[in-house]
Amino acid sequence: MALIYDLFVQVAQLLLVLALAPLLTGYIRKIKANLLRRQGPPLLQPYRDLLKLIRKEVVLAENASWIFRVAPYLVFATTLIAASLVPTFATGLVFSSAADLIAIVALLGSARFILALAGLDVGTSFGGIGSSREMMIASLAEPAMLMIVFTLSLLAGSTQLSSVSAFMQGPDVGLRVSLGMALVALIMVAVAENARIPVDNPATHLELTMIHEAMILEYSGRHLAVIEAAASLKLLLYFSLIACLFAPWGIATAGQGVVAMAIGVASYIAKLAAGGLLLAVFETGTAKMRVFRVSDFLGAALMLGLLAALLLFVSRSV
Amino acid sequence: MDHLSLDVAHMFAGGLVLVSFMLLYQDRMFGLLNIFALHAVVVSLSVAWQAYIQFAPHLYITAAIALVVKAIIIPVALHRIIVRLGIHRTIETVGGIGLTMLAGIGLVALSIMVMLPITAEAGTLTREDLAFSLAVILLGLLMMISRRNAISQIIGFMSIENGLILAATAAKGMPLVVEISVAFSILVALTVIGIFLFRIRERFDTVDVYELERFRGGHP
Repeated sequence: MALIYDLFVQVAQLLLVLALAPLLTGYIRKIKANLLRRQGPPLLQPYRDLLKLIRKEVVLAENASWIFRVAPYLVFATTLIAASLVPTFATGLVFSSAADLIAIVALLGSARFILALAGLDVGTSFGGIGSSREMMIASLAEPAMLMIVFTLSLLAGSTQLSSVSAFMQGPDVGLRVSLGMALVALIMVAVAENARIPVDNPATHLELTMIHEAMILEYSGRHLAVIEAAASLKLLLYFSLIACLFAPWGIATAGQGVVAMAIGVASYIAKLAAGGLLLAVFETGTAKMRVFRVSDFLGAALMLGLLAALLLFVSRSV
Repeated sequence: MDHLSLDVAHMFAGGLVLVSFMLLYQDRMFGLLNIFALHAVVVSLSVAWQAYIQFAPHLYITAAIALVVKAIIIPVALHRIIVRLGIHRTIETVGGIGLTMLAGIGLVALSIMVMLPITAEAGTLTREDLAFSLAVILLGLLMMISRRNAISQIIGFMSIENGLILAATAAKGMPLVVEISVAFSILVALTVIGIFLFRIRERFDTVDVYELERFRGGHP
């Protein structure tokens, strides 16, 4: 019985992230438009875009191989699995015993690898540029992410998200400078991974600066819809990751009743709204940096992660 | 000593190391000055907190001196020097920023590995502060050798002095006379360096110290 209940919660979480992801994207776009005193598209516009794209015909390049056709679904599937592993409103999910932070990093890394392959597949120059830039970002963002994971797991004594989240809610967290550094580094990595503004602009199609959009330039129809859905899922995943690691208040623990679950869902949505607002304000106030400065930006994130782990070493050994 | 006060001391000392890295990272003149002021504010907060938890009221004076001299007087004076020299442009670094950062991380690791074993008998706070202050001193030295602009070398020098203050507070504080004379010698150093900067500029039309190395007498 308990297993069925847990499974039900897990499936509910999967459906929740799937349903909320485009809404989050629409919400951020709406706030950004409002900050510029424009009306902006309605909140539900991303859903309509996805529906429209699904109904459209797929235009394939002549020399596109099977990789090009399979890649969108693989990217979507890996991102969805990773998103379902992050506790959103409840910890102790059925899958969480099998997967931990490193598994999530690996899943996202393979999604990125597949997408970069697809960008190279057709052989256009833009796809190549996008893939090579994406790989440059990845080579710096992934070590930084792993350093953050090390810091957190050294502190909590586990790489499992559920136990890290439980530790962060517990009394023996204390006031630690390492955690602050890890949070800042995680935010920087999240900004870079999701192609948000200082690194890449999600709203532009200006050839010289785009990274993510350059890779998916050749996609159309339902392939594009699936990729767009995966991109908004990834954004939601990073929001949930930051929320469950650094703001774990209100998350229901394993085996709690329906009321706790409802509180969990409400607090999760409140956290998403607050995070989206912060991201929109930050993006409106910042200019995009040159591609060659991205390595400095991510190098700083890597440095913060390393430093967080080092400082932790001092405070633990004494 | 309870857990929270140690955690706060750790936070300030670790924050100081972080601000040292920000000094290494920053490559604009005025940004560098602001971060240097932040460095001094963090060191004085750290000293004040240790005065509070060690019940050592004379450390409050150290904190106040650090705050007034290094967070207000020196940045303002350097700001005026920079404006008068007309050099609010980007600093060139020797080697890339990434390389300098990696070297900095190595130095922090080194100072932790050196300090923790040799201070095994000392108290928790002392060990931690000594390790971090050595890291801050080494990072200041790294900044002095990785920059070619005289102003940023001065800032590296001043940040070394902040590390020394942290080390002194860890060892239950230094005598007040010493503290005051160090503060004044820093001010005197600033005056000398300021005059020197203008002399360099007058002679070479730049404050890039590489020009000095190339100079072998005669008229440039």
